[in-house]
Amino acid sequence: MRRGVAILFIWLASVGAFGADLSADRGMVKVDPAMTQGSRPLAKETANAVVRDYLEAWQNLSAALEQNRADLLNQDFAGTAKQKFTETIQEQAKAGIRTRYEVRSHDIQIIFYSPEGLSIQLVDDIEYDEQLLDHEKVQATVQVHARYIAVLTPAEVRWRVRVLQAEAK
Amino acid sequence: MSPGRTFLLASAMCAVGFPAAGQSGQLDLPKNVLVGQAFSIPNAGNGQGVLYIVGPSEALRIDVQPGQAIVIPAGDLDNAGHFVAVLSSGSSTETGEFDILPASQPEAVSFLAKPSRLPVDLQSGITGAVYVFDASQNLITAPTPVSFQLSVPSEAVQTRTVVTKQGAAWTEMNSATKEGNAKFVAQAGDVSATRVIEQVPGDPCALKMNAKKVGEQIELETDPLRDCNGNAVTDGTIVTFTESWNGGQTTVDVPLKHGIAEAQVPAINGARISVATGVVMGNEIRWSNR
Repeated sequence: MRRGVAILFIWLASVGAFGADLSADRGMVKVDPAMTQGSRPLAKETANAVVRDYLEAWQNLSAALEQNRADLLNQDFAGTAKQKFTETIQEQAKAGIRTRYEVRSHDIQIIFYSPEGLSIQLVDDIEYDEQLLDHEKVQATVQVHARYIAVLTPAEVRWRVRVLQAEAK
Repeated sequence: MSPGRTFLLASAMCAVGFPAAGQSGQLDLPKNVLVGQAFSIPNAGNGQGVLYIVGPSEALRIDVQPGQAIVIPAGDLDNAGHFVAVLSSGSSTETGEFDILPASQPEAVSFLAKPSRLPVDLQSGITGAVYVFDASQNLITAPTPVSFQLSVPSEAVQTRTVVTKQGAAWTEMNSATKEGNAKFVAQAGDVSATRVIEQVPGDPCALKMNAKKVGEQIELETDPLRDCNGNAVTDGTIVTFTESWNGGQTTVDVPLKHGIAEAQVPAINGARISVATGVVMGNEIRWSNR
Protein backbone atom coordinates (compact mmCIF):
# COMPACT_ATOMS: atom_id res chain seq x y z
CA MET A 1 0.00 0.00 0.00
CA ARG A 2 1.34 3.41 -0.86
CA ARG A 3 2.93 5.54 1.81
CA GLY A 4 0.73 8.06 3.47
CA VAL A 5 -2.60 6.54 2.71
CA ALA A 6 -4.88 8.34 5.12
CA ILE A 7 -8.28 6.92 4.63
CA LEU A 8 -9.50 3.68 3.27
CA PHE A 9 -13.20 3.60 2.78
CA ILE A 10 -15.18 0.67 1.72
CA TRP A 11 -18.57 1.43 0.44
CA LEU A 12 -20.34 0.99 3.75
CA ALA A 13 -17.89 3.27 5.47
CA SER A 14 -18.41 5.95 2.89
CA VAL A 15 -22.14 5.82 3.41
CA GLY A 16 -21.51 6.69 7.02
CA ALA A 17 -19.02 9.41 6.20
CA PHE A 18 -21.05 11.25 3.67
CA GLY A 19 -24.58 10.32 4.57
CA ALA A 20 -25.57 10.32 0.94
CA ASP A 21 -27.61 7.90 -1.09
CA LEU A 22 -24.76 5.86 -2.44
CA SER A 23 -25.10 2.78 -4.54
CA ALA A 24 -22.82 -0.21 -4.48
CA ASP A 25 -21.36 0.58 -7.88
CA ARG A 26 -19.22 3.25 -6.27
CA GLY A 27 -16.81 0.41 -5.45
CA MET A 28 -13.96 0.70 -3.02
CA VAL A 29 -12.77 4.23 -2.45
CA LYS A 30 -9.33 5.18 -1.24
CA VAL A 31 -8.46 8.80 -0.63
CA ASP A 32 -4.79 9.70 -0.36
CA PRO A 33 -3.67 12.82 1.53
CA ALA A 34 -3.81 15.90 -0.63
CA MET A 35 -0.49 16.91 -2.18
CA THR A 36 -1.54 20.29 -3.43
CA GLN A 37 0.50 22.77 -5.29
CA GLY A 38 -0.79 26.25 -4.69
CA SER A 39 -0.74 28.60 -1.73
CA ARG A 40 -4.26 28.09 -0.50
CA PRO A 41 -4.74 25.74 2.43
CA LEU A 42 -7.22 22.97 1.79
CA ALA A 43 -9.71 22.52 4.60
CA LYS A 44 -10.71 18.97 5.43
CA GLU A 45 -14.38 19.84 4.87
CA THR A 46 -13.58 21.14 1.40
CA ALA A 47 -11.60 18.03 0.52
CA ASN A 48 -14.43 15.80 1.76
CA ALA A 49 -17.00 17.74 -0.25
CA VAL A 50 -14.91 17.56 -3.40
CA VAL A 51 -14.39 13.80 -3.10
CA ARG A 52 -18.08 13.23 -2.31
CA ASP A 53 -19.22 15.28 -5.31
CA TYR A 54 -16.64 13.69 -7.60
CA LEU A 55 -17.81 10.19 -6.66
CA GLU A 56 -21.41 11.16 -7.24
CA ALA A 57 -20.41 12.56 -10.59
CA TRP A 58 -18.99 9.18 -11.60
CA GLN A 59 -22.17 7.43 -10.50
CA ASN A 60 -24.34 9.77 -12.51
CA LEU A 61 -22.02 9.62 -15.51
CA SER A 62 -22.30 5.83 -15.42
CA ALA A 63 -26.08 6.04 -15.26
CA ALA A 64 -26.22 8.61 -18.05
CA LEU A 65 -24.05 6.49 -20.38
CA GLU A 66 -26.00 3.34 -19.55
CA GLN A 67 -29.41 4.91 -20.09
CA ASN A 68 -28.35 7.38 -22.81
CA ARG A 69 -29.79 10.20 -20.74
CA ALA A 70 -27.85 13.44 -20.93
CA ASP A 71 -30.12 15.05 -18.33
CA LEU A 72 -28.45 12.90 -15.67
CA LEU A 73 -25.30 14.97 -16.18
CA ASN A 74 -26.88 18.25 -15.14
CA GLN A 75 -26.26 18.02 -11.43
CA ASP A 76 -22.59 17.09 -11.49
CA PHE A 77 -21.03 18.36 -14.70
CA ALA A 78 -20.39 21.74 -16.27
CA GLY A 79 -18.48 23.24 -19.15
CA THR A 80 -16.31 21.05 -21.33
CA ALA A 81 -16.95 17.81 -19.45
CA LYS A 82 -20.71 18.19 -19.71
CA GLN A 83 -20.50 19.06 -23.38
CA LYS A 84 -18.27 16.10 -24.24
CA PHE A 85 -20.29 13.54 -22.31
CA THR A 86 -23.52 14.89 -23.76
CA GLU A 87 -22.08 14.38 -27.24
CA THR A 88 -21.05 10.82 -26.34
CA ILE A 89 -24.58 10.05 -25.22
CA GLN A 90 -25.96 11.49 -28.46
CA GLU A 91 -23.49 9.38 -30.48
CA GLN A 92 -24.39 6.26 -28.49
CA ALA A 93 -28.10 6.81 -28.98
CA LYS A 94 -27.64 7.40 -32.69
CA ALA A 95 -25.61 4.21 -33.04
CA GLY A 96 -28.00 2.16 -30.90
CA ILE A 97 -25.39 1.35 -28.32
CA ARG A 98 -25.07 1.76 -24.57
CA THR A 99 -22.13 1.41 -22.21
CA ARG A 100 -22.15 0.25 -18.63
CA TYR A 101 -19.42 1.31 -16.25
CA GLU A 102 -19.16 -0.72 -13.08
CA VAL A 103 -16.55 0.93 -10.91
CA ARG A 104 -14.47 -1.47 -8.87
CA SER A 105 -12.26 1.05 -7.11
CA HIS A 106 -11.17 4.67 -6.92
CA ASP A 107 -7.82 5.84 -5.58
CA ILE A 108 -8.14 9.61 -5.35
CA GLN A 109 -5.65 12.33 -4.56
CA ILE A 110 -6.21 16.09 -4.68
CA ILE A 111 -3.21 17.67 -6.37
CA PHE A 112 -4.09 21.33 -6.90
CA TYR A 113 -6.24 23.90 -5.16
CA SER A 114 -6.06 27.16 -7.06
CA PRO A 115 -5.10 30.15 -4.89
CA GLU A 116 -8.40 31.97 -5.39
CA GLY A 117 -10.35 28.87 -4.36
CA LEU A 118 -12.25 28.54 -7.62
CA SER A 119 -10.92 25.20 -8.82
CA ILE A 120 -9.63 21.93 -7.49
CA GLN A 121 -7.78 19.29 -9.45
CA LEU A 122 -7.53 15.65 -8.51
CA VAL A 123 -6.22 12.43 -9.96
CA ASP A 124 -8.04 9.13 -9.71
CA ASP A 125 -6.44 5.78 -10.29
CA ILE A 126 -9.63 3.98 -11.18
CA GLU A 127 -10.60 0.44 -12.07
CA TYR A 128 -13.87 -0.31 -13.74
CA ASP A 129 -15.57 -2.85 -15.96
CA GLU A 130 -16.80 -1.35 -19.20
CA GLN A 131 -19.54 -3.28 -20.93
CA LEU A 132 -20.71 -2.52 -24.45
CA LEU A 133 -24.25 -3.27 -25.57
CA ASP A 134 -25.48 -2.93 -29.14
CA HIS A 135 -29.27 -2.94 -29.31
CA GLU A 136 -29.34 -4.63 -25.90
CA LYS A 137 -26.92 -7.39 -26.95
CA VAL A 138 -23.74 -7.54 -24.89
CA GLN A 139 -20.80 -7.25 -27.26
CA ALA A 140 -17.94 -7.30 -24.78
CA THR A 141 -16.85 -6.44 -21.30
CA VAL A 142 -13.40 -5.08 -20.61
CA GLN A 143 -11.73 -4.50 -17.29
CA VAL A 144 -10.13 -1.09 -17.43
CA HIS A 145 -7.45 0.39 -15.21
CA ALA A 146 -6.97 4.05 -15.99
CA ARG A 147 -5.80 7.28 -14.41
CA TYR A 148 -8.23 10.15 -14.68
CA ILE A 149 -7.58 13.83 -14.10
CA ALA A 150 -10.52 15.91 -12.96
CA VAL A 151 -10.97 19.63 -12.48
CA LEU A 152 -13.90 20.70 -10.33
CA THR A 153 -15.29 24.17 -9.74
CA PRO A 154 -17.72 25.30 -7.06
CA ALA A 155 -21.36 25.87 -7.93
CA GLU A 156 -24.14 26.99 -5.60
CA VAL A 157 -24.21 23.98 -3.33
CA ARG A 158 -21.71 21.52 -4.75
CA TRP A 159 -18.53 21.04 -6.73
CA ARG A 160 -19.09 20.34 -10.42
CA VAL A 161 -16.74 18.47 -12.72
CA ARG A 162 -15.49 20.66 -15.59
CA VAL A 163 -12.75 18.40 -16.87
CA LEU A 164 -12.65 14.61 -16.65
CA GLN A 165 -10.02 13.10 -18.84
CA ALA A 166 -8.06 9.86 -18.73
CA GLU A 167 -4.34 10.23 -18.94
CA ALA A 168 -2.08 7.92 -20.90
CA LYS A 169 0.01 5.69 -18.68
CA MET B 1 0.39 -3.65 -22.88
CA SER B 2 0.68 -2.48 -19.30
CA PRO B 3 0.10 -5.04 -16.57
CA GLY B 4 -2.82 -3.10 -15.24
CA ARG B 5 -4.75 -3.33 -18.46
CA THR B 6 -6.20 -6.75 -18.35
CA PHE B 7 -8.49 -7.66 -21.15
CA LEU B 8 -11.30 -9.85 -20.15
CA LEU B 9 -14.10 -10.93 -22.33
CA ALA B 10 -17.55 -11.32 -21.05
CA SER B 11 -17.11 -15.03 -20.54
CA ALA B 12 -14.37 -14.26 -18.05
CA MET B 13 -16.39 -11.56 -16.42
CA CYS B 14 -19.25 -13.69 -15.16
CA ALA B 15 -17.52 -13.73 -11.80
CA VAL B 16 -17.94 -9.97 -11.42
CA GLY B 17 -21.51 -9.77 -12.52
CA PHE B 18 -21.61 -8.95 -16.23
CA PRO B 19 -23.11 -11.51 -18.57
CA ALA B 20 -21.08 -13.51 -21.07
CA ALA B 21 -20.54 -12.98 -24.80
CA GLY B 22 -18.83 -15.18 -27.42
CA GLN B 23 -15.26 -16.08 -28.37
CA SER B 24 -12.47 -13.69 -27.58
CA GLY B 25 -9.29 -12.21 -29.01
CA GLN B 26 -7.12 -9.16 -28.81
CA LEU B 27 -7.13 -6.33 -31.28
CA ASP B 28 -3.82 -5.08 -32.58
CA LEU B 29 -4.08 -1.41 -31.62
CA PRO B 30 -1.60 1.43 -31.30
CA LYS B 31 -0.96 2.13 -27.61
CA ASN B 32 -1.29 5.88 -28.07
CA VAL B 33 -2.78 8.03 -30.79
CA LEU B 34 -2.44 11.79 -31.01
CA VAL B 35 -5.78 13.55 -30.90
CA GLY B 36 -7.32 14.05 -34.32
CA GLN B 37 -4.78 11.81 -36.02
CA ALA B 38 -5.78 9.07 -38.49
CA PHE B 39 -4.84 5.49 -37.65
CA SER B 40 -5.71 2.01 -38.82
CA ILE B 41 -6.59 -1.26 -37.17
CA PRO B 42 -5.72 -4.55 -38.88
CA ASN B 43 -8.72 -6.75 -39.56
CA ALA B 44 -8.10 -10.39 -40.37
CA GLY B 45 -11.73 -11.35 -40.00
CA ASN B 46 -13.45 -13.16 -42.84
CA GLY B 47 -16.94 -11.89 -42.28
CA GLN B 48 -18.65 -8.57 -42.06
CA GLY B 49 -18.37 -7.01 -38.67
CA VAL B 50 -18.70 -3.94 -36.56
CA LEU B 51 -15.99 -1.94 -34.82
CA TYR B 52 -16.92 -0.03 -31.72
CA ILE B 53 -14.74 2.57 -30.03
CA VAL B 54 -16.16 3.66 -26.71
CA GLY B 55 -15.15 5.70 -23.71
CA PRO B 56 -16.86 8.34 -21.62
CA SER B 57 -15.98 11.01 -24.16
CA GLU B 58 -16.43 9.16 -27.48
CA ALA B 59 -18.70 6.55 -29.02
CA LEU B 60 -18.14 5.25 -32.55
CA ARG B 61 -19.80 2.37 -34.40
CA ILE B 62 -18.29 1.49 -37.77
CA ASP B 63 -19.33 -1.29 -40.15
CA VAL B 64 -16.25 -3.14 -41.43
CA GLN B 65 -15.63 -5.27 -44.49
CA PRO B 66 -13.89 -8.65 -44.26
CA GLY B 67 -10.10 -8.60 -44.48
CA GLN B 68 -9.81 -4.84 -44.90
CA ALA B 69 -7.83 -2.73 -42.48
CA ILE B 70 -10.10 -0.36 -40.61
CA VAL B 71 -9.11 3.26 -41.05
CA ILE B 72 -10.13 5.81 -38.46
CA PRO B 73 -9.97 9.09 -40.40
CA ALA B 74 -8.25 12.18 -39.05
CA GLY B 75 -10.58 14.22 -36.88
CA ASP B 76 -12.91 11.37 -35.94
CA LEU B 77 -11.48 11.04 -32.45
CA ASP B 78 -10.79 14.47 -31.05
CA ASN B 79 -11.28 13.87 -27.35
CA ALA B 80 -8.32 12.77 -25.28
CA GLY B 81 -8.81 9.83 -22.97
CA HIS B 82 -8.78 6.09 -22.57
CA PHE B 83 -10.86 4.04 -24.99
CA VAL B 84 -12.01 0.51 -25.49
CA ALA B 85 -12.22 -0.91 -29.01
CA VAL B 86 -14.38 -3.91 -29.79
CA LEU B 87 -14.41 -5.68 -33.16
CA SER B 88 -17.40 -7.94 -33.42
CA SER B 89 -17.70 -10.31 -36.34
CA GLY B 90 -20.10 -13.22 -36.31
CA SER B 91 -19.50 -15.10 -33.09
CA SER B 92 -15.98 -13.79 -32.55
CA THR B 93 -15.08 -10.66 -30.65
CA GLU B 94 -11.75 -8.93 -30.36
CA THR B 95 -11.12 -6.17 -27.86
CA GLY B 96 -8.37 -3.74 -27.04
CA GLU B 97 -7.61 -0.48 -25.31
CA PHE B 98 -5.73 2.61 -26.34
CA ASP B 99 -5.20 6.21 -25.34
CA ILE B 100 -5.87 9.38 -27.29
CA LEU B 101 -3.28 11.97 -26.30
CA PRO B 102 -3.97 15.71 -26.22
CA ALA B 103 -2.16 17.91 -28.71
CA SER B 104 0.90 19.67 -27.35
CA GLN B 105 0.04 23.06 -28.87
CA PRO B 106 -2.01 25.23 -26.49
CA GLU B 107 -5.08 26.75 -28.11
CA ALA B 108 -6.96 27.95 -25.04
CA VAL B 109 -6.17 28.97 -21.50
CA SER B 110 -8.62 29.11 -18.67
CA PHE B 111 -7.32 31.94 -16.48
CA LEU B 112 -8.54 32.54 -12.94
CA ALA B 113 -7.22 35.79 -11.49
CA LYS B 114 -8.05 37.34 -8.14
CA PRO B 115 -8.85 39.77 -6.73
CA SER B 116 -10.28 42.20 -9.25
CA ARG B 117 -9.53 45.10 -6.88
CA LEU B 118 -6.90 45.46 -4.18
CA PRO B 119 -4.76 48.07 -2.39
CA VAL B 120 -1.40 49.09 -3.81
CA ASP B 121 1.87 47.64 -2.59
CA LEU B 122 0.48 44.35 -1.31
CA GLN B 123 2.98 41.49 -1.36
CA SER B 124 1.64 38.38 -3.12
CA GLY B 125 -1.76 40.02 -3.19
CA ILE B 126 -2.59 38.98 -6.74
CA THR B 127 -2.95 35.34 -7.72
CA GLY B 128 -3.45 33.72 -11.07
CA ALA B 129 -4.14 30.11 -11.97
CA VAL B 130 -4.24 28.66 -15.46
CA TYR B 131 -5.40 25.46 -17.10
CA VAL B 132 -4.07 24.87 -20.60
CA PHE B 133 -6.15 23.23 -23.33
CA ASP B 134 -5.63 22.14 -26.93
CA ALA B 135 -7.88 22.99 -29.87
CA SER B 136 -10.40 20.30 -28.89
CA GLN B 137 -10.61 21.49 -25.28
CA ASN B 138 -8.47 18.63 -24.01
CA LEU B 139 -6.38 19.43 -20.96
CA ILE B 140 -2.73 19.40 -22.03
CA THR B 141 -1.14 17.30 -19.30
CA ALA B 142 2.41 17.42 -20.66
CA PRO B 143 4.53 20.10 -18.94
CA THR B 144 3.88 23.39 -20.74
CA PRO B 145 5.47 26.75 -19.90
CA VAL B 146 3.06 29.52 -18.97
CA SER B 147 4.17 33.14 -18.78
CA PHE B 148 2.40 35.43 -16.31
CA GLN B 149 2.86 39.19 -16.75
CA LEU B 150 1.53 41.97 -14.58
CA SER B 151 1.99 45.43 -16.01
CA VAL B 152 1.02 48.92 -14.95
CA PRO B 153 1.96 52.18 -16.64
CA SER B 154 5.18 53.72 -15.29
CA GLU B 155 6.36 50.62 -13.44
CA ALA B 156 8.47 47.64 -14.46
CA VAL B 157 6.57 44.62 -15.70
CA GLN B 158 6.51 41.67 -13.31
CA THR B 159 7.04 38.40 -15.17
CA ARG B 160 6.99 34.81 -13.99
CA THR B 161 7.25 31.69 -16.07
CA VAL B 162 5.74 28.58 -14.56
CA VAL B 163 5.64 25.10 -16.09
CA THR B 164 2.29 23.35 -15.78
CA LYS B 165 1.83 20.25 -13.70
CA GLN B 166 -0.99 18.05 -14.99
CA GLY B 167 -2.23 20.98 -17.04
CA ALA B 168 -2.29 23.57 -14.25
CA ALA B 169 0.02 26.43 -13.31
CA TRP B 170 -0.29 29.25 -10.81
CA THR B 171 1.57 32.28 -9.54
CA GLU B 172 1.43 35.14 -7.07
CA MET B 173 2.29 38.76 -7.85
CA ASN B 174 2.70 41.95 -5.83
CA SER B 175 0.41 44.88 -6.48
CA ALA B 176 2.16 47.99 -7.78
CA THR B 177 2.98 51.03 -5.68
CA LYS B 178 0.93 53.37 -7.88
CA GLU B 179 -2.81 53.20 -8.16
CA GLY B 180 -4.45 52.36 -11.46
CA ASN B 181 -5.48 49.40 -13.57
CA ALA B 182 -2.98 46.60 -14.05
CA LYS B 183 -3.05 44.21 -16.98
CA PHE B 184 -2.59 40.62 -15.85
CA VAL B 185 -1.76 38.34 -18.77
CA ALA B 186 -1.28 34.57 -18.87
CA GLN B 187 0.25 33.20 -22.04
CA ALA B 188 0.87 29.62 -23.15
CA GLY B 189 2.35 29.20 -26.60
CA ASP B 190 0.63 31.69 -28.86
CA VAL B 191 -2.53 31.96 -26.85
CA SER B 192 -3.12 34.36 -24.00
CA ALA B 193 -5.82 35.63 -21.68
CA THR B 194 -5.92 39.03 -20.00
CA ARG B 195 -7.55 40.21 -16.81
CA VAL B 196 -7.67 43.74 -15.45
CA ILE B 197 -6.84 44.25 -11.78
CA GLU B 198 -7.80 47.56 -10.22
CA GLN B 199 -5.19 48.77 -7.75
CA VAL B 200 -6.52 51.31 -5.32
CA PRO B 201 -4.69 53.44 -2.71
CA GLY B 202 -3.97 51.82 0.61
CA ASP B 203 -4.74 53.18 4.07
CA PRO B 204 -3.78 56.82 4.72
CA CYS B 205 -0.18 57.10 5.83
CA ALA B 206 -0.89 60.14 8.05
CA LEU B 207 -4.06 61.95 9.08
CA LYS B 208 -3.92 65.55 10.16
CA MET B 209 -6.78 67.96 10.77
CA ASN B 210 -6.95 71.70 11.29
CA ALA B 211 -9.63 73.62 13.18
CA LYS B 212 -10.96 77.18 13.06
CA LYS B 213 -13.89 78.89 14.70
CA VAL B 214 -16.78 79.98 12.50
CA GLY B 215 -19.51 81.62 14.60
CA GLU B 216 -20.55 79.18 17.33
CA GLN B 217 -19.05 76.24 15.44
CA ILE B 218 -15.63 74.79 14.92
CA GLU B 219 -14.85 74.07 11.29
CA LEU B 220 -12.64 70.97 10.95
CA GLU B 221 -10.74 70.09 7.79
CA THR B 222 -8.15 67.42 7.11
CA ASP B 223 -5.04 67.81 5.02
CA PRO B 224 -5.31 65.90 1.70
CA LEU B 225 -5.16 62.20 2.56
CA ARG B 226 -2.48 60.09 0.89
CA ASP B 227 -1.27 56.55 1.38
CA CYS B 228 2.36 55.78 2.15
CA ASN B 229 3.18 55.66 -1.58
CA GLY B 230 1.76 59.12 -2.22
CA ASN B 231 -1.50 57.97 -3.84
CA ALA B 232 -4.55 60.07 -2.99
CA VAL B 233 -6.92 58.11 -0.79
CA THR B 234 -10.13 57.27 -2.62
CA ASP B 235 -13.00 59.74 -2.34
CA GLY B 236 -15.84 58.31 -0.32
CA THR B 237 -13.55 56.90 2.35
CA ILE B 238 -15.21 57.68 5.68
CA VAL B 239 -13.41 59.95 8.15
CA THR B 240 -14.73 60.20 11.69
CA PHE B 241 -14.40 63.37 13.80
CA THR B 242 -15.13 62.99 17.52
CA GLU B 243 -15.57 65.87 19.96
CA SER B 244 -15.58 65.00 23.68
CA TRP B 245 -16.14 67.28 26.62
CA ASN B 246 -17.05 66.88 30.22
CA GLY B 247 -20.03 64.56 30.10
CA GLY B 248 -20.71 64.72 26.38
CA GLN B 249 -19.57 63.53 22.97
CA THR B 250 -20.38 64.32 19.36
CA THR B 251 -19.36 62.12 16.45
CA VAL B 252 -19.48 63.12 12.80
CA ASP B 253 -18.78 60.67 9.92
CA VAL B 254 -18.03 62.30 6.60
CA PRO B 255 -16.85 60.92 3.27
CA LEU B 256 -13.68 62.19 1.67
CA LYS B 257 -14.31 64.65 -1.13
CA HIS B 258 -11.44 65.67 -3.38
CA GLY B 259 -9.13 64.01 -0.87
CA ILE B 260 -10.30 66.18 2.05
CA ALA B 261 -12.84 65.62 4.84
CA GLU B 262 -14.69 68.57 6.37
CA ALA B 263 -17.12 68.83 9.31
CA GLN B 264 -18.48 71.27 11.82
CA VAL B 265 -18.87 70.62 15.55
CA PRO B 266 -20.06 72.90 18.41
CA ALA B 267 -17.38 75.19 19.79
CA ILE B 268 -17.21 73.98 23.41
CA ASN B 269 -14.49 75.34 25.59
CA GLY B 270 -12.15 72.57 26.78
CA ALA B 271 -13.42 69.98 24.29
CA ARG B 272 -11.02 67.42 22.84
CA ILE B 273 -11.40 66.75 19.15
CA SER B 274 -9.94 63.66 17.47
CA VAL B 275 -10.00 62.29 13.92
CA ALA B 276 -9.70 58.75 12.55
CA THR B 277 -10.30 56.73 9.40
CA GLY B 278 -10.28 52.95 9.38
CA VAL B 279 -7.46 51.85 11.61
CA VAL B 280 -5.55 55.14 11.25
CA MET B 281 -5.72 57.70 14.07
CA GLY B 282 -4.98 61.35 13.39
CA ASN B 283 -3.99 64.24 15.59
CA GLU B 284 -5.97 65.51 18.56
CA ILE B 285 -6.92 69.13 19.26
CA ARG B 286 -7.88 70.59 22.65
CA TRP B 287 -10.24 73.51 21.91
CA SER B 288 -10.11 76.75 23.81
CA ASN B 289 -12.53 79.59 23.17
CA ARG B 290 -10.08 82.14 24.49
